[in-house]
Amino acid sequence: MTRAFSGKPAGRLTVTALAGDELGADDVRIHPETLEAQAAVAERHGNPQLAENFRRAAELTAFAEDEILALYEALRPRRSTAPELAALADGLAARDAPRCAALVREAAAAYERRGLLR
Amino acid sequence: MTREAVGRIRFMDQQRVNLDGFAHEDPGLGLVALHSPADPAPSLRVAGGVVAELDGKTRDEFDTIDSYIAAHGIDLAVAGEAMALGDVAAARLFVDPGVPRAEVVRLVAGMTPAKLARVVALLRPAELMMAMTKLRARRTPSNQAHVTNLLDDPLLLAADAATAAAYGFRELETTVPVLADAPSNAVAVTIGAAVGAAGVLVQCAVEEAMELEMGMRGLVSYAETVSLYGTEGVFVDGDDTPWSKALLTSGYASRGIKMRVSSGAGAEVLMAGAEGCSMLYLESRCVSLARAIGAQGVQNGGIDGASVAAAVPRGVRELMAENVMVMARNLESCSGNDALMSESHVRRTSRTVPILLAGSDYICSGFGSIQRYDNMFGPSNWNAEDIDDWLAMQRDWGVDGGLRTVDPEVLRELRGRAVEAVRDVYRALGLGDFTDQQLSRAVDAAGSKDLVPTDPLAVLGAAQTIRAAGLTSLDIARALHETGHDEAAARVLDLTVARVHGDHLQTAAIFDEDMRVLSLVTDPNEYAGPGTGYEPSPARQAEIDGVRQARGVADLRVAQHSLAGDRLAPAGTAGFGTDPREVVIGVSPGVGRAVWQTLSGLLVADVLQELLDGLEEEGCLARIVRVNSTIDLGMVGLTAARLAGSGIGIGLQGKGTALIHRRDLPPLANLELYSMAPTLTADMYRRLGANAGRHAKGATPVPVRNPYTEEAIEARYHTSVIALTALERDCADPAAAPEDLTFAGEQR
Repeated sequence: MTRAFSGKPAGRLTVTALAGDELGADDVRIHPETLEAQAAVAERHGNPQLAENFRRAAELTAFAEDEILALYEALRPRRSTAPELAALADGLAARDAPRCAALVREAAAAYERRGLLR
Repeated sequence: MTREAVGRIRFMDQQRVNLDGFAHEDPGLGLVALHSPADPAPSLRVAGGVVAELDGKTRDEFDTIDSYIAAHGIDLAVAGEAMALGDVAAARLFVDPGVPRAEVVRLVAGMTPAKLARVVALLRPAELMMAMTKLRARRTPSNQAHVTNLLDDPLLLAADAATAAAYGFRELETTVPVLADAPSNAVAVTIGAAVGAAGVLVQCAVEEAMELEMGMRGLVSYAETVSLYGTEGVFVDGDDTPWSKALLTSGYASRGIKMRVSSGAGAEVLMAGAEGCSMLYLESRCVSLARAIGAQGVQNGGIDGASVAAAVPRGVRELMAENVMVMARNLESCSGNDALMSESHVRRTSRTVPILLAGSDYICSGFGSIQRYDNMFGPSNWNAEDIDDWLAMQRDWGVDGGLRTVDPEVLRELRGRAVEAVRDVYRALGLGDFTDQQLSRAVDAAGSKDLVPTDPLAVLGAAQTIRAAGLTSLDIARALHETGHDEAAARVLDLTVARVHGDHLQTAAIFDEDMRVLSLVTDPNEYAGPGTGYEPSPARQAEIDGVRQARGVADLRVAQHSLAGDRLAPAGTAGFGTDPREVVIGVSPGVGRAVWQTLSGLLVADVLQELLDGLEEEGCLARIVRVNSTIDLGMVGLTAARLAGSGIGIGLQGKGTALIHRRDLPPLANLELYSMAPTLTADMYRRLGANAGRHAKGATPVPVRNPYTEEAIEARYHTSVIALTALERDCADPAAAPEDLTFAGEQR
């Protein structure tokens, strides 16, 4: 049985639960294990890049919305210095988000070469 | 001095197509569709497991797009095989029904952007259609609608969202003229969609960060306005990089939100950043990048730049080729047919029809389901006034363009429930209130110009409250439930809970109305030639076939019966007249029994009155005889002539066709004929009567002429003619004698 980010089984996400005020935001968020399962499905259907996206997403489930928005903002052109991106990557790695950390490191190298650092 | 062009040219200059701009090819500006001298020759060199050269550039020359594609976008395990394929050999794989889609997908994963562009450029229009039929990800085609209005009016948004959902659109995209209104629009469209049908995904196209925020709150259920560009300069001008877009893509997936990226020809040209490359090559880079960053789908086919592509030779072909590249990269295609690309109805139709016939994951990435003036994306290639045309085209070709007919009463009821739901939710959540008059006007409105003027700050206030209070889709669903909109509440909740399962994150996913996910995984396109692939279910076929305008004999019988009168009455078997002034008006078997109104809308009795008046003007005697044995007008007229003392008869069919006959002529001859029944007027019948009188007196009158019309008169009336003829035939009896009819003349 699929469970929500909160751990609540998907079968309990009903109108009755909604009406009883038993559903919170984390009850309708996807669980990282579900994204891993979807990644496996995408891989089986000829799209390893989609699988990789789902696995990065699984890492990001642990991050708050404003943290994700901040990450996105930091990766936009000329928003960050090289040390800032390095620190961002280290922070991601420390929070069990190695794929996202790798993405940021790769971006830092490319931005350096193409003049897209702040 | 230039001379004025001849009249034929002046006339042609005035046609709508000449409002369009047509450009000479100019590769320097990127105004070139399929090939530019600056497009690189395809190349791929791999060293030590990494791409050392891509399409003519070495690693140190890579821009950010090249770097990202080189690192993530190419399957190096098949690249050698794929790049070694000849362009023509590869193009044939796209078309050959004997080659499975999976094999094309496998090989294309190893192709560089330049290689894929070259291969797809070889496909002719019919071959593009074959490729699209075979390569799209999802078996079942679908469609997307724009739902917006000039005022961001929540009631009208909800009513129109319910309408679009009822008509079959599976994704609704809204946007705003005023950015800060966005949360209110998202809520209104979400509510309306949920009233209209189950499982309809909703999007609000705004700036990237705000779109993500609304997505995370569940106020919208998918995202599309995540733009990619084919050159680094334009990409950076758009304030993004491949890595920021990759992160954004994962951000959506991390909350279980469906998302696709947008690209398409013309964007780089419009921003003077095409670097001299062809539209197809630049778009191939976008599509490669879309796959590389892990997006499940692409909206392309020249979205805002469609008219740029259409301005150059082979540009419309290029637009379709863009979609085929997406499909070949194993991604969902949302296939353009979005911004209006021509002032000409012929050209805009020509641009879309091949894709409608082939079928796509979403045929339009924005069919403007609302009025053109209400479309805040700008008018679409297809708009509210075209919905019945679209339904007719589906029916004509027997293809599924994603739409269905809605019963007018059902639509009124749905629009009513949608506006009630918005009022109740806005009240319950403290977002605002609406009057009964506002509701009833929104239900009836064809567009925002029909609304009661409202306070524009009210919408802004609602939007600010939604944002400040952090309202989510759960709050919307709960408010719907508490105000008695249980079905809509359940539907909003279902779409929210779908995020927990994530099955709709897979490629090309839509929900059907039972909330089953249809995607590359659950509903794969396995087209392999005739007899395979998508075929509408019998129920779906019935929806496609059953347009509300279709009529049968039974409908016409009812309509005719409602006009039945008692001015004609049988008076026994008709005999031969002897008075040389007598003209007989022969009517067909259905007259006075089943057929009461002619195709021109005149009552048959009124036509008879005109004929009688015309005869009277000439001092003739008239008798009305129903010829019961035949429905053939020539025989009706000839029979009348033979019964007439003068030897002159008028034949009149119930549908209004009329002639003058003489007893010594062969049946198929006549003296005068009105063949264009739908265009005949009362005055013409009177003149026909008078001419018959003159013939009876031995004169040679100037023949009356059929009125000329350039309307598609046959398209308008043939179905009625067939049904009227069936009614007449039911009344005919070959053995029955002609009978006299008495006629009660109207009091004048």
